[in-house]
Amino acid sequence: MTDETHSLARPSSEKELFVAFTLLALQGFGGVLAVAQRVLCEQKRWLTKEQFVEILAFGQVLPGPNVCNVALMVGDRFFGWRGAFAALAGMMAVPLVIVLAITAAYSQYASNPVVAGALKGMGAVAAGLIVGTALKLMSALRTNPVGIPACTVLLVSAFVAVAILRWPLVWILLGLGTLACLLAWRRLRADTAAAAEGG
Amino acid sequence: MPPSVDLLSVFGHILLLSLLAIGGAITVAPDMHRLLVGEMGLLSDVQFNASIAIAQASPGPNVLFVAVMGYQAAGLPGAAATLAGIMLPSTALALAAARWSHARRDWRAVRAFKAGMAPIVIALMFATGWILSAETPGWRHLLLTVAAAVLVSRTRLHLLVMIAVGAIIGGLGWV
Repeated sequence: MTDETHSLARPSSEKELFVAFTLLALQGFGGVLAVAQRVLCEQKRWLTKEQFVEILAFGQVLPGPNVCNVALMVGDRFFGWRGAFAALAGMMAVPLVIVLAITAAYSQYASNPVVAGALKGMGAVAAGLIVGTALKLMSALRTNPVGIPACTVLLVSAFVAVAILRWPLVWILLGLGTLACLLAWRRLRADTAAAAEGG
Repeated sequence: MPPSVDLLSVFGHILLLSLLAIGGAITVAPDMHRLLVGEMGLLSDVQFNASIAIAQASPGPNVLFVAVMGYQAAGLPGAAATLAGIMLPSTALALAAARWSHARRDWRAVRAFKAGMAPIVIALMFATGWILSAETPGWRHLLLTVAAAVLVSRTRLHLLVMIAVGAIIGGLGWV
């Protein structure tokens, strides 16, 4: 993980952030998260997987669109509020124009079976992209202070609660989230104590 | 387009919904429905559902469905009112929270939050994929989803290539 942190790059300007987030958003059909992970961690190397998951954690618990929150926080990390707005504007401006143009044209094509079928196929792939990205990010849990067994239990419980039981997200974040943070808090104290003794 | 849409009132209502949108803007879709279709009568049910479908099929963040609803209700001023309403409060809060936590990144509470939330964040991504996939039953649809998941986690194949293949397979009526 240390090697990964050392080889990180950073954007050269607010403009580069804007362009990167515009291109990233334009690739995001049916959700931008999968593209964001690939571009930010693998292509641009601005963040490690661990940092991406951390930023996403804030994006998830705060109100508002997750990927927009991620854009804001990534931009802010590099160039303060100017970077935050450059990244957010990149994420939204061009896609907004496109979505409104599609809305204006939509009524003519909505009933076309080829268009409807294509949308269905794209939807199936979009679901796969987010699952595949989640699979990739699981490696970030290996270095998590909570430990692999507890992480597994938390992950499976949260999945069952959201996907199968369809409980409201707020309660899952408050309940399981609080439990997970308390567990991490305790493990971090144990680690600090061990490090102090060792040193 | 209705002749006299009270955009200020639309903006004000959505401003309040913004801070309730934990887990993404789509979580306030039921409230948006109550407001725009029910109380204010600005959209039909068909327009409401089409707005979400269009935003999901278009590139970019799904929150744009809120702008599509505003556009269908009152043209470009409508889109500006709804999008500004949903984005302003959450953006201000996210920026403040990012600053606060970054300044305190060495605090044990902040580190515990990041570490503890990591498995839950990843679980939510799996759940999103599951829920999206469950909306359309059928084994061929599922096969396409699984293939995309394997390809994205194991290869560097461009994501747009996968989306395009999905569109072609779907357009040919195979899913």
